[in-house]
Amino acid sequence: MSNVSEEQVRTEVRAWLAGNWDPEMSLVAWRSKLADSGWGMPQWPTQWHGRGLSMGLVRVVEEEFAAVGAVGAAKSGVRLLAAATLLEHGSDAQKKKFLRRILTGEDSWCQLFSEPGSGSDLAGATTRAELNGDHWIINGQKVWTTSAHHADHGLLLARTDWDAPKHEGLSYFVIDIKQPGVDVQPLRQMNGHASFNQVFFTDALVPAGNIVGKVGDGWKIAMTTLAHERRGADGLSTPSKRGARQGRVHAEERAELEVANQPYKWYPQRAGRVDLIIERAKETGANRDPHVRQEIAKLMIMAKSAEWTSRRARAAQQQGRPQGPEGSLGKLAASNVARAAAHVHTLIAGAEAMLTGSGSPREGTIAEILVSVPAVSIAGGTDEIQRNIISERVLDLPKEPRFDTGPFRKVRKN
Amino acid sequence: MSATDESTLKPARRIQFAFTDEQEQFRSALRRFLNDKSPTTEVRRLMATPEGYDPEAWRQLSEELALPGIHIPEQYGGAGFGMVELCIVTEELGRALLCAPYFSTTVLAASAILNAGTEAQKSSLLPELTSGARLATLAVTELNGDWDPLAIEAVATPVADGYLLDGVKSYVVDGHVADLIVVAARLPKTVGPEGLALFTLSANATGVERRLLESMDPTRKLARIDFHGAHADLLGNIDDGANAISRTLDQAAIALANEMMGGAQALLDSAVNYAKLRVQFGRTIGSFQAIKHKCADLLLEVELAKSAAYYAAQAAAVDDPEWPALASLAKAAASETYLHMAAECIQLHGGIGFTWDNDTHLWFKRAKSSEVFLGQPSYHRELLMQRWGV
Repeated sequence: MSNVSEEQVRTEVRAWLAGNWDPEMSLVAWRSKLADSGWGMPQWPTQWHGRGLSMGLVRVVEEEFAAVGAVGAAKSGVRLLAAATLLEHGSDAQKKKFLRRILTGEDSWCQLFSEPGSGSDLAGATTRAELNGDHWIINGQKVWTTSAHHADHGLLLARTDWDAPKHEGLSYFVIDIKQPGVDVQPLRQMNGHASFNQVFFTDALVPAGNIVGKVGDGWKIAMTTLAHERRGADGLSTPSKRGARQGRVHAEERAELEVANQPYKWYPQRAGRVDLIIERAKETGANRDPHVRQEIAKLMIMAKSAEWTSRRARAAQQQGRPQGPEGSLGKLAASNVARAAAHVHTLIAGAEAMLTGSGSPREGTIAEILVSVPAVSIAGGTDEIQRNIISERVLDLPKEPRFDTGPFRKVRKN
Repeated sequence: MSATDESTLKPARRIQFAFTDEQEQFRSALRRFLNDKSPTTEVRRLMATPEGYDPEAWRQLSEELALPGIHIPEQYGGAGFGMVELCIVTEELGRALLCAPYFSTTVLAASAILNAGTEAQKSSLLPELTSGARLATLAVTELNGDWDPLAIEAVATPVADGYLLDGVKSYVVDGHVADLIVVAARLPKTVGPEGLALFTLSANATGVERRLLESMDPTRKLARIDFHGAHADLLGNIDDGANAISRTLDQAAIALANEMMGGAQALLDSAVNYAKLRVQFGRTIGSFQAIKHKCADLLLEVELAKSAAYYAAQAAAVDDPEWPALASLAKAAASETYLHMAAECIQLHGGIGFTWDNDTHLWFKRAKSSEVFLGQPSYHRELLMQRWGV
């Protein structure tokens, strides 16, 4: 399928949709057709429910789906990270077992990497996996696991060799979450939401066939997953069409996304809601205070400059130029913007910044900003890690001396 | 870069986020020229002279690179480019800290004449500036140091063959060497924007008294100019005077923001290079996170302010309606960033960074003078709020 033309693809998918799309089907029945035909994930290989199309042609398929309002494959949450990792490193048996139900949405996935003792230093994981006959026995604890409470499978990074150096003693598994040895507990955040979970393993079982790649390859494979995560293959999903489409398949998709998007509802507040600043200043009269005006201007200058910096990075990329420093700065800039926005929201709210809930400004949204912003400089890589990355990769400054070489057993841990 | 490229002249283009290949080549050629003509030994030599520039280098940058008329249409002897190219020039001049009457002659005076002058005035005044033959400047600020044109008190009294100027202008860049002075003044008994206009006169005219001020930044010379009934010509007309002054100052703020970014990048490079060389406690200081993280933060700050300076230049080049607000935004961002970068560059160098022999103070002083020149950051932030209707 690799040398088909855009026009061929368009004609073929259009004809297929005309003959098959039916909004009154069940979501799973419709997506089973997508899996059989390869139109649900056309970038996947032909032997694994795809059509081996380039991303350029995938856009053509998406356009045709959008034109008739057809629902696509399940894409929310961690499932596409799981699929990408399995396609790259999984055995044929694993691909056969998992990929189809990822696409149909029948199975949900979660990512079991971070631990209480290893956050920024992900490779310091101490959850252990020990082979006993035809099963791995898992003991330990994971944290910051989005949607684990309704996941079927987890991508698990666990230590299989304590005498190897830190990065070489890890292995990568697919674990069944719904088993007695796995206990999922919600992790309540300071803003009251519980978007994440803690997951406890007590002699949990993983069949020997569920190791991904070889023993000791865990770190390398986890890097694959994280690379896809950084490319934005997870997170908030929007329904396949704006507005309320009628039909059973649409209703079931909306219900699916409602669950999948629940953990992300406060993310706009976490970013500081710069979009509300000027209207809030006008509605409260804070725009008449010269000090507040100065602080608003400082914030808006930073926020606009950050936006233009990412536009510069994209424009340079589109022109095929090598990436300049502006491409690595977005996350750190976003932290600064969010903190500054929380500061200015406080100035604007005045005494009302002490309130929360429905009686507080904007029915609690402002309060939610103030107690959500502290997460933005931590989640997905702390500001300090970002500064290490920027200083080492962009400015070519030397690394700090390491204290975690040699057998992991002897490395100092929490 | 082709001067006949229509895209630099058409106003309806979208705001660009990347420089073209031609613009990048122009920047490279300019940087090579400046590396050769403006090493810090030369900056130090020229800043110690009363004139503050090298006439031979000025002749070369005029004749070989056509810089004094870079943004002036070809019919007036210019190169026919726009704000983006002008700002590439100022950024590179700021990086090299070139001592030359460029900001005064090109950015301020030539722009003022282009903005305000009649066709006949543009045709008679601009070619001598764009060729580099004459130097010029713009006198706006007075003893109160206020950059708001509404604060202008200098009076232009109409007489039979022109106007008589009375008043004092101060902080006039290169006012001591300019041949032509463009003066912002107001008609007698007017207040606010009414009656404001631009006037031109020769620096040698009777009733003009110039005095070089002792500027803290010796690479940017400032003068006080007293006018005692000096004979001047009206530039353009009275009705459009306030607009022309504002437009000129906004363009200058964008050019200055870009100039500051060149300087800030030079300081960042210097700080990072030093952090890689300097050894303390048996390690290069650049391996300490206290230093690395500071450098990462400075890089972020400089890149953000650059984005603002570039965006403002691109917006002005296509005459986007928001560009005057963006001028204030870019000026405020650049002022804070340049000065912070300069202070941190000294800090990263430790004791040597505070010495006269180390070059950092040359840029620090330019950062300080640029912070204030054309209006402090707080002034521009307030202007930004007003221009955004907050």
